[in-house]
Amino acid sequence: MPTNLPLFYTVHFYLFGLLAIASALAFVTRKSPVSAALWLVSVMFCLAALYVMMGAHFVGIIQVLVYAGAIMVVFLFVVMLLNLGHPDELSDIRGKWGRLAAGGIGIALLAQVMAIGRTHFLPALQPQTNPVFGGAPDRGAIGSIAQPLFTEHLLAFELTSILLLAAIVGAVAVGRRRSAS
Amino acid sequence: MIPEGLALSAVLFAIGTIGVLTRRNAIMIFMSVELMLNAVNLSFVALSRLYGATGQVFVVFVMTVAAAEAAVGLAIIIAIFRHGQSVNLKNINLLKG
Repeated sequence: MPTNLPLFYTVHFYLFGLLAIASALAFVTRKSPVSAALWLVSVMFCLAALYVMMGAHFVGIIQVLVYAGAIMVVFLFVVMLLNLGHPDELSDIRGKWGRLAAGGIGIALLAQVMAIGRTHFLPALQPQTNPVFGGAPDRGAIGSIAQPLFTEHLLAFELTSILLLAAIVGAVAVGRRRSAS
Repeated sequence: MIPEGLALSAVLFAIGTIGVLTRRNAIMIFMSVELMLNAVNLSFVALSRLYGATGQVFVVFVMTVAAAEAAVGLAIIIAIFRHGQSVNLKNINLLKG
């Protein structure tokens, strides 16, 4: 870990940190559960960016996939199922100019994603190949987590799978209608 | 970077605690708990810079438990809603005696 970080890095670290705090404050002050959930998704995206900046790439990816993707969708699904959201306070973006700005930011981000997809990285930035495994890429970001996960923490890993099974069975048993049995 | 990460984690945890203590909607309280779990994850990741990848392994476990907790907790909330047509904690007093 370098002791004196570049200014670019520091600026983005503080930017995502302040965005996370601002989104969290907006999250606790919203009345509507739907808009609060969307602010919480914003917090989780900022935290994913911070994880990647701290070198935890795999954790950042599963933060987006599991937390922002799966868990928050389940929350929004339950809000929808229980009909808790009010149509006029679903979003904090109001009026014509707010929607235009939101659409513009969305198009800009989409263009950025497509531009990154077409970028050719310098050879120095490509993942190093491992000569032992026939030139396959090195373990990279996942190997440093998989190694302790499947060696010293193997028992906890297996217990976690049992926990997930118990949670599925419990969720179905609790959520089932009584009259169906 | 590590002190800033820990400070941010503390701030997010405090905001989540405020949410748990002040909101009266069961789903909002549940989402505040998720925010507190995220704050703890951030401190795990920040400290994994110092003490190796074990912190990141813990984060994976925390996320798994959070997913299981969300599934069971939301099922309980749906069952409560079916019972009383409300998710407001004011109306959930079955154990009050």
